[in-house]
Amino acid sequence: MCLAVPAEVIEIVDATRARVSLGGVVKEIALHLVDGVAVGDYVLVHVGFALARIDPAEAQRTLEALHALGETLEDAA
Amino acid sequence: MKYIDEFRDGAAARAVAARIAAEAVPAREYRLMEFCGGHTHAIFRYGIPDLLPPNVRMIHGPGCPVCVLPIGRLDLAIDLALRPKVTLCTYGDMMRVPGSRKRSLLRAKAEGADVRIVYSATDALRLARELPDREVVFFAIGFETTTPPTAVAVQIAAAEGLRNFSVYCNHVLTPPALVHLLETANPEDPEPVRIDGFVGPAHVSVVIGTDAYQRFAEHYRKPVVIAGFEPLDVLQSILMLVRQINDGRATIENEYSRAVVPAGNLRAQEIVGDVLQVRETFEWRGLGEVPFSALRLRGKYAAFDAEHRFAVAPVKARENKACECPAILRGVKRPTDCGIFGTVCTPENPMGSCMVSAEGACAAYYTYGRHKQPAVA
Amino acid sequence: MDTIEPKGRSMKARTLDFARGRVDMSHGGGGRAMAQLIDEVFRSAFDNPVLDRGDDQALLDVGAGRIAFSTDSYVISPLFFPGGDIGSLAVHGTVNDLAMAGAVPQWLSSAFIIEEGFLLADLKRIADSMASAARAAGVAIVTGDTKVVERGKGDGVFINTAGIGVVPPGVDIHPRRARPGDAILVSGTIGDHGVAILSHRQGLAFETDIVSDSAPLHGLVAAMLTAAPDLHVLRDPTRGGVAATLNEIAQAAGVGMRLNESALPVRTQVRGACELLGLDPLNVANEGKLLAICAAADADRVLAAMRAHAFGRDAAIIGSVVEDPSRFVAMDTVFGGRRMVDWLTGEQLPRIC
Repeated sequence: MCLAVPAEVIEIVDATRARVSLGGVVKEIALHLVDGVAVGDYVLVHVGFALARIDPAEAQRTLEALHALGETLEDAA
Repeated sequence: MKYIDEFRDGAAARAVAARIAAEAVPAREYRLMEFCGGHTHAIFRYGIPDLLPPNVRMIHGPGCPVCVLPIGRLDLAIDLALRPKVTLCTYGDMMRVPGSRKRSLLRAKAEGADVRIVYSATDALRLARELPDREVVFFAIGFETTTPPTAVAVQIAAAEGLRNFSVYCNHVLTPPALVHLLETANPEDPEPVRIDGFVGPAHVSVVIGTDAYQRFAEHYRKPVVIAGFEPLDVLQSILMLVRQINDGRATIENEYSRAVVPAGNLRAQEIVGDVLQVRETFEWRGLGEVPFSALRLRGKYAAFDAEHRFAVAPVKARENKACECPAILRGVKRPTDCGIFGTVCTPENPMGSCMVSAEGACAAYYTYGRHKQPAVA
Repeated sequence: MDTIEPKGRSMKARTLDFARGRVDMSHGGGGRAMAQLIDEVFRSAFDNPVLDRGDDQALLDVGAGRIAFSTDSYVISPLFFPGGDIGSLAVHGTVNDLAMAGAVPQWLSSAFIIEEGFLLADLKRIADSMASAARAAGVAIVTGDTKVVERGKGDGVFINTAGIGVVPPGVDIHPRRARPGDAILVSGTIGDHGVAILSHRQGLAFETDIVSDSAPLHGLVAAMLTAAPDLHVLRDPTRGGVAATLNEIAQAAGVGMRLNESALPVRTQVRGACELLGLDPLNVANEGKLLAICAAADADRVLAAMRAHAFGRDAAIIGSVVEDPSRFVAMDTVFGGRRMVDWLTGEQLPRIC
């Protein structure tokens, strides 16, 4: 359930609305559920609402952990 | 696309899959439940079962709000839609779900009901403003992810004094359902559902946080890994669960740390708390009555509660006797264990909602996975 | 006695009011009003000797060879969308049905069912668009029909086109010719048309640069046949998308298919729109693409011919036909696992789950 996609905030329209871009497709979404969103942030979009901001540092950490798994395997080989 | 493509990387997938195969103890069986229907969909859509060793088995849980909606409550939505002044707004997922007597919202529309597919609750609000002579009813379904938008819509409607807008609320809660799965075992089942660990829902957890699952680790001694929505997230979470099981640990781990924090989304929780309250009990299709597992509008918003406005209550409806959705939703049976799977029951002619919803175990298996030989039990 | 005409006033009927006028029931009544409509909207746009004769039927010199004959009706909404309209779609769709048999399309009929109240300006716009599409495709619209229905009984306008083309000798293209070992090719990016339409549909509004790919494909087919005269199968994946079309072919031919997800050409914005709405590009409609199945030995030559053509620049080999009594179409995902590519019951609906 809960199809939510990460999209980049490209414009803050007003206190409750922003425009986001996903792969170049632009949609207006509601901001009632997340505070302090700024242009350039990535947010998770679900049924027309931003649900949370994506933390770039955590995303990077997760990816690094994933790729480290590959290296471990090579070491063990 | 950022934060999507990186988490679908095939090379990384092979590395993680190799790790899982290396670390899963050959003599053990790992039975892992992915609670969330979106995870079920992702697992099948990316062919993840192909990448797992045979002793790591995914059990598909009831986290599909379309699948667990009881027929009686869907029938009520159809009845409302057929009323002359009602405009029923629904998410696309509900259109083809079969209710009683082979009715559905799609068929009701063909009969003349004013049914509109909306992408967001705010679209329903807009329709209410544009159509002041219509009774606009928003058919609200979904777990904790989808609930805050409904709550916001009610607050906006109240602030604007939008008299012709109401919500038919069918929002359900995840932790009570998880508890129910572990607490109850149907005596008629050949074996009670045995689950060694949970792949926790991604976006429900964005809202409720990881703290909400503490009970599992402490009370039930079951590991939970909150997994992101992309296939690499799911694979990594499976690896983390295998490791916990091997180590005899039972903790809550957060693989989806880029979006989930321990306390969750407090603003969203606050808004939901203002608008909605917990129902004492709610019938889940396949699970029966589950205590404190669903939400209704609070008294102060009764004017926007469709069940209150139209003074209606759902009637309990009968399931198709041959349909095994109840057992499948609880993870006790597989789609291929159902006698009518793929024969009488297909996406064109669904007997139960597991087959209609894109993320129901049966539909996912039929649409993406029936090219495989059925596994020998 | 001579009739004295008032000075300065012409007895000729006034031309249609394209600025503010609407179609009314008299335009379908078979009388002068209808004749005027046909003349000023359709005949002036389509403008060819056969049509100009004004007969109830078109008499055509077909010459030798097998005749391909096809018909399609167009009931889309919205009527005007980025990259086309119901008119150009009606021409391209029927031209392509003929082209998928390897036929050279030559003549079309067009029948209109117009709702009372429809703006004349819109009707003219559609007719002009059809004319321009027909000219570019090298076909003539040689006969037609016009009806008007009461307000509420039609969605603006419905169009039916039927087409005639001639199949060159030696060309034998039909779905049952797909054989294990054959290559499967697509002529370009998938999902463009469906996404362009969705972006304009009420309630799903999103902004995108994606335009419909609506285009006539017989020139591309001719180029492909020059490179490899023995093409096995051609089909354009319209409603239901690539998934539906490949499944239809698999069923008809009694074969299976294996696709390679990483080979599928999909525009980034189409991917983005599909992610947002929970759709799969494989299920989304195309109106200017074709799927081709040919012997493996011919695949590279056919691919080169496609890429050299304006409507085949992004062509790709996307998979192969396999032996499979169950007739499944399966795909190796970017992720490494395999899944089925099934065709859907009905139109794919946006989902939240």
